[in-house]
Amino acid sequence: MLWQKDLPRADLVIRGARVLDPTEGIDAHLEVRIDGGTIAEVAETVDANGHRVVEADGLVLAPAFVDPHVHLRTPGREDEETVASGTAAAAAGGYCAILAMPNTDPVVDSAATLGALVEAARREAEVSVGFLAAITRGQRGEELTEMGELAETGAVAFSDDGMPVASAGLMRRALQYASITDRPLALHCEEPTLSHGGHVHEGRVAAELGFAGYPSVAESVAVERDLALADYERGRVHVLHLSAAESVDALRRARDAGVAASGEATPHHLVLTDDAVRSLDPNVKMNPPLRAEHDRRALLEAVRDGTIEAIATDHAPHAADEKEAPFEAAPFGVTGLETAFAALYTHLVEPGQLSLETLLERMSAGPARIFGLDRPRVSAGARANIVLLDLERGWMVGEHPFRSRSENSWLLGSRLRGVVQMTLAGGGVAFE
Amino acid sequence: MIRLVTDDLRPPGDPPKRHLLSVGDLTRDDVERLLGTARTFETSLERHVKKLPTLKGHLIVNLFYESSTRTSSSFELAAKRLSADTLTVKSVGSSVDKGESLKDTALTLGAYDPDVIVIRHPQVGAPQLVARVTAAHVVNAGDGKHQHPTQALLDLYTLREEFDRLEGLHVAIVGDVLHSRVARSLLQAFALVGIRTTLVGPPALLPRELPAEASTDIEAIRDADVVYVLRMQNERMEAGANFVPSLREYSARWGITRERLRAGQKVMHPGPMNRGVEIDPRVADSVDSLITRQVRSGLVVRMAVLYDVLTGGPVGVQALTAAEVA
Repeated sequence: MLWQKDLPRADLVIRGARVLDPTEGIDAHLEVRIDGGTIAEVAETVDANGHRVVEADGLVLAPAFVDPHVHLRTPGREDEETVASGTAAAAAGGYCAILAMPNTDPVVDSAATLGALVEAARREAEVSVGFLAAITRGQRGEELTEMGELAETGAVAFSDDGMPVASAGLMRRALQYASITDRPLALHCEEPTLSHGGHVHEGRVAAELGFAGYPSVAESVAVERDLALADYERGRVHVLHLSAAESVDALRRARDAGVAASGEATPHHLVLTDDAVRSLDPNVKMNPPLRAEHDRRALLEAVRDGTIEAIATDHAPHAADEKEAPFEAAPFGVTGLETAFAALYTHLVEPGQLSLETLLERMSAGPARIFGLDRPRVSAGARANIVLLDLERGWMVGEHPFRSRSENSWLLGSRLRGVVQMTLAGGGVAFE
Repeated sequence: MIRLVTDDLRPPGDPPKRHLLSVGDLTRDDVERLLGTARTFETSLERHVKKLPTLKGHLIVNLFYESSTRTSSSFELAAKRLSADTLTVKSVGSSVDKGESLKDTALTLGAYDPDVIVIRHPQVGAPQLVARVTAAHVVNAGDGKHQHPTQALLDLYTLREEFDRLEGLHVAIVGDVLHSRVARSLLQAFALVGIRTTLVGPPALLPRELPAEASTDIEAIRDADVVYVLRMQNERMEAGANFVPSLREYSARWGITRERLRAGQKVMHPGPMNRGVEIDPRVADSVDSLITRQVRSGLVVRMAVLYDVLTGGPVGVQALTAAEVA
């Protein structure tokens, strides 16, 4: 279900690192030998076997990251991102696998469009990439796509991300039909008659700045509706980019009741609140919008307790001229692949709001589990999908050019700690 | 003997440009200085020759992306009374019609080296964008539903002329607060000078998060010294929007009529008025109406603002990045 170009299989020995794989229960200074792209040995000392030796004293070696929510803008807006540039950005951010959303032009709603993307990924993807296909044709919310054929062609899951499935009746049919494919539905939950025209969370900041409000309840009523339908149809759903405390509560209740539901949160929703909008910087405009501090805390608590199993960037590249506009005229979305780990390490782990172990789990094993992907792990016999992190070094976002074709980062110009030194993806060195 | 000039002895670089983007950027002292300057200009307008040479040789560009009568005409006249050259660009009939972006329009006009760009735009933050990409002093003449700082200043000027004080007054702002940049600017300005504010209007048009007393009951205007009536914007009342069931119902419940006013209670309105909707024509034309005085105040206050940004004002544009705010 995932595709990547052929990278030379790595023969490496990594020495001196703190190996941290929370899911495997490893936290120790160990050496790792990789033979032909596969982890051959993890031990106190390993034989170099004539391999290249990477001295990693002071670094952390962890399972590489998995991002379940990326916009590669291909086909249609190759000026903003391509499979090659987006996966290069992913490699630089420590990711070994990403999933791409189907809201392209044309929409990924046919086997032909999906097949062309699979071919592009085989040619140019620096890390493994999987594709979601649309739930409805053209994401118009009217007719279901041919989910059976799309799943056979390689669709990992189905989503109308960017647009909600407004009709409850159609959502029910989608849940019924998707069950034959054994693929989850990844849901953009938004009640359009409540979010209508809104750019900013409906709260004090929107009231003072005169922005049309996009209230929390516009998300949470849609989350409640879709969880109720998933329960009724015994379907599998994944709630994308959660932003509101009420939505998190709904997800927690549904999971407790046994509904097959998962959720994700983005770095920007975990770090920022709508206060950031006072800057009028179009790089803090995203859908769903940044919300209040109590929402941010609810998301963080859900990441800690596992209600939210995945951290997803919702990497959404936009051309510079589109974002150089008044806030209301600018499009929704920010980039995230190259900054996610450092942003969360700096703003959540260092101040003690989240443990490093939980962060690593939610950025790798968690999303892999939701979408049925191979879990990146540091153990003998596994394909080398690992990342080397320097937690001491600081850097300034934007000081080096982005590998993404777009620069609409909410962190532009800010200082972060945590540098990705090396990424191995699918057994090859994708970044160093 | 060679003397080295150390860095701290070198003349400093250009100070940050002064702009008027939001009432939130002003201090109480700024307001007092602006109102004082306006008073001085008012005196000069009583002379036979009304033109002052103050801004001779300066270029003031009026860039209007929304229709406007009093704001655009009073900025133009204010500039002319101060002997500045003026250039008025309206979006209709300009390259904006051809899809030119605000940034490119601003860069184009910036190439003429204007001293001041006065901008009105339907989107929040447009004046900040122009301030970032040009070297001109920028004056916000209304951006979206965000700010209209010169309106707030001229209203303060009008109130002081009428009451001879500001602190301790009580103003009820009535109507469509949700869509009103005037209301947002007034709230900040009134807080700055110690005027008590009560917001009154239909529930869907009163944002509950604004920092002021609020009531849906028109009776709440009773104790106010001044009733400030906002324009009911017909375009907001399209079928299906349902902010209120109808203009008829709005007028019946929140329209300002003689019967609803106490004797001597003053009435203001930023214009343009919908007579018979939010305000009874007999109220608008009564002796207690300050509406035409607001228009006259607009001229001298805008003269003061243009003079102030070019000579002595304090306001610096804050183009913070999101990361700095966080």
